Amino acid sequence: MTFTLAFRNLFHDRIRLAVTMVGILFSIVLVAVQLGLYLGARNIIVSMIDRSDGDLWIMAYGTKNFEEAQPINVREKFAALSTPGVAKAVPIIVSFTDWRKPTGGTTLVVAIGTDAEEGGLKPWNVVEGDVSGLGARDAVIVDKSYLSDLGLKGVGDTAQIGASRVRVAGMTDGIRSFTVTPYIFTTLTRSRSLLDMPAENVTYVLVKLAPGADVQAVRRQLREKVTDNSEVLTKAEFHDRSLNHWLFATGAGVALIGGAILGLVVGTVIVAQTLYSSTKDHINEFATLRALGSSSGYIHRVILAQAALSAVLGYALGMIIAMTVVYMSEQTPLPIIMTPGLAALLLGLTVAMCAISALSAIGKVMRIDPAVVFNR
Amino acid sequence: MSADGSSIAIAPSAAPGIAPAGNVVLEAHNIVKELGQGARKTRALKGVSLSLNPGELTLLMGPSGSGKTTLLSILGCILTPTEGTLCIASRPTAGLSPEELARLRRRHIGFIFQSYNLFPTLTAEENVRIALDVRGERGSDAIVRAQRALQQVGLRHKLKSYPANLSGGEQQRVAVARALVGAPSVMLADEPTAALDSENGVAVMQLLSEIAKDASRAVLAVTHDPRTIPFANRVLRIEDGLIVGEERRAEGVETVHQLARNRKRKANA
Repeated sequence: MTFTLAFRNLFHDRIRLAVTMVGILFSIVLVAVQLGLYLGARNIIVSMIDRSDGDLWIMAYGTKNFEEAQPINVREKFAALSTPGVAKAVPIIVSFTDWRKPTGGTTLVVAIGTDAEEGGLKPWNVVEGDVSGLGARDAVIVDKSYLSDLGLKGVGDTAQIGASRVRVAGMTDGIRSFTVTPYIFTTLTRSRSLLDMPAENVTYVLVKLAPGADVQAVRRQLREKVTDNSEVLTKAEFHDRSLNHWLFATGAGVALIGGAILGLVVGTVIVAQTLYSSTKDHINEFATLRALGSSSGYIHRVILAQAALSAVLGYALGMIIAMTVVYMSEQTPLPIIMTPGLAALLLGLTVAMCAISALSAIGKVMRIDPAVVFNR
Repeated sequence: MSADGSSIAIAPSAAPGIAPAGNVVLEAHNIVKELGQGARKTRALKGVSLSLNPGELTLLMGPSGSGKTTLLSILGCILTPTEGTLCIASRPTAGLSPEELARLRRRHIGFIFQSYNLFPTLTAEENVRIALDVRGERGSDAIVRAQRALQQVGLRHKLKSYPANLSGGEQQRVAVARALVGAPSVMLADEPTAALDSENGVAVMQLLSEIAKDASRAVLAVTHDPRTIPFANRVLRIEDGLIVGEERRAEGVETVHQLARNRKRKANA
């Protein structure tokens, strides 16, 4: 009957129930959005690194993330190729540049130049045209989510990078940049030309190891060979360094996690306040239970069941709203991501939040003097 | 003749509070209770001794502030005495933890409160069943027992009614059923008729006197209502924290309830 009593207590006062639900909803939606944004940001920040087909990255010393890298000498590619265990070394050029829209005006873009046929790093989720289309003169591939930012309507449109004309040969879907600066894929040679980069310069050399080669051993050897201006990171290290830079060095991730914690705190306070006031209103009933000989555990179970019911109900409603927000964010520059893991985490957090909230109510009940049953 | 002028013959007892030796279900000895602290400390009970025998309805009467409710709280293991000993079903309560006292309450004591103390969100049947639920007795058997208890108090037709839809008398009968369903050795009632009109008060007292006939149960009711005296087997007077008198129904003298029933039987014959 603990559940029945908890359920009836909860639904007895509809206004208080509504306040509790608002508290949980607010908390769930805020935490879902903040953590979903965090996950979305993580995915976007490291999408190029994660999608690359390589084991080691050679880059300018101190490079903090994929987009902001200084040039290195192309000889690093040959240093890599001469290292035992290296199967392939693919040069990549990455640089910010200006994009002159066909409709007028300019916008900043990140040009990525690499030869798709070499593997390494090539556009994915190509929804129009083909990667092989990059072989055509002036060809670039852009993401459809940035079409309006780039002043484009679709495949075949032309624009200008520097003094050179480029033509959209294909479109990807969902390759977004954390800096909200559109990526423009092209070939290595064309990117060098568009960016006016000297022939001996590249931005990265992506190293693919031969099957069975030891990553750390090859890396040690490569470190001996590259110049002092370059460093060699494993894919995982570059992944972590990029995340640390964007999420923690810039404070963006801290803000997102902080927002999520704030949501939990506010939600906990609201739920605790309503549960406490509900318990206070029913204090004579709890005192009666105590007088009837119920154990403390029995009364705790009633309060915890009330908290758990609030949690499940609030979670269900909160997730409906959160999923709507997730759906609406799909086409935005920074989509919110909801994974089964995050959904499970949110359920756990909601239950924990309500259980913690119940502590204040339990504390109140523990101080009941059962003798109040005679004073009513 | 009682001090209240009741027409029921009640004989004074030589040792107030102490029932004649028998199968005593509750025994309190020299109970002292101090309330408050420091300069505000008062002695609500100053050495009360009493025992309750099964099969008896005992009334505890006295003026306001005499210590009736404090004594009831101690006998019900809700308050602990400052001094003195209390045994319920031969089990001393001294040194028991609050959880152990709660266990003793649910096993041996049934409460009836002045304001009924029913759960407004539960039906009559659920209100009764909750007394079994706290004892860990659940399932269909508990439902049947709760329904039987309500039948015993004449509320079989109100199983699904919520307290708000019951009259004061009906609510108190639900409270009696709740106290009864666990088959306690002692039933303690706090002013059971105070919130009821005359007719319902009589009905509830009739019910309590019937319940008290069970040879395994003693009923103690705190009251200041002289109308309840005719239903009692024994009346204890408390004043200023002390039992000052006891009147016991003389052997062979019928209670009002019995008289009424006999009169009805004769009339029907």
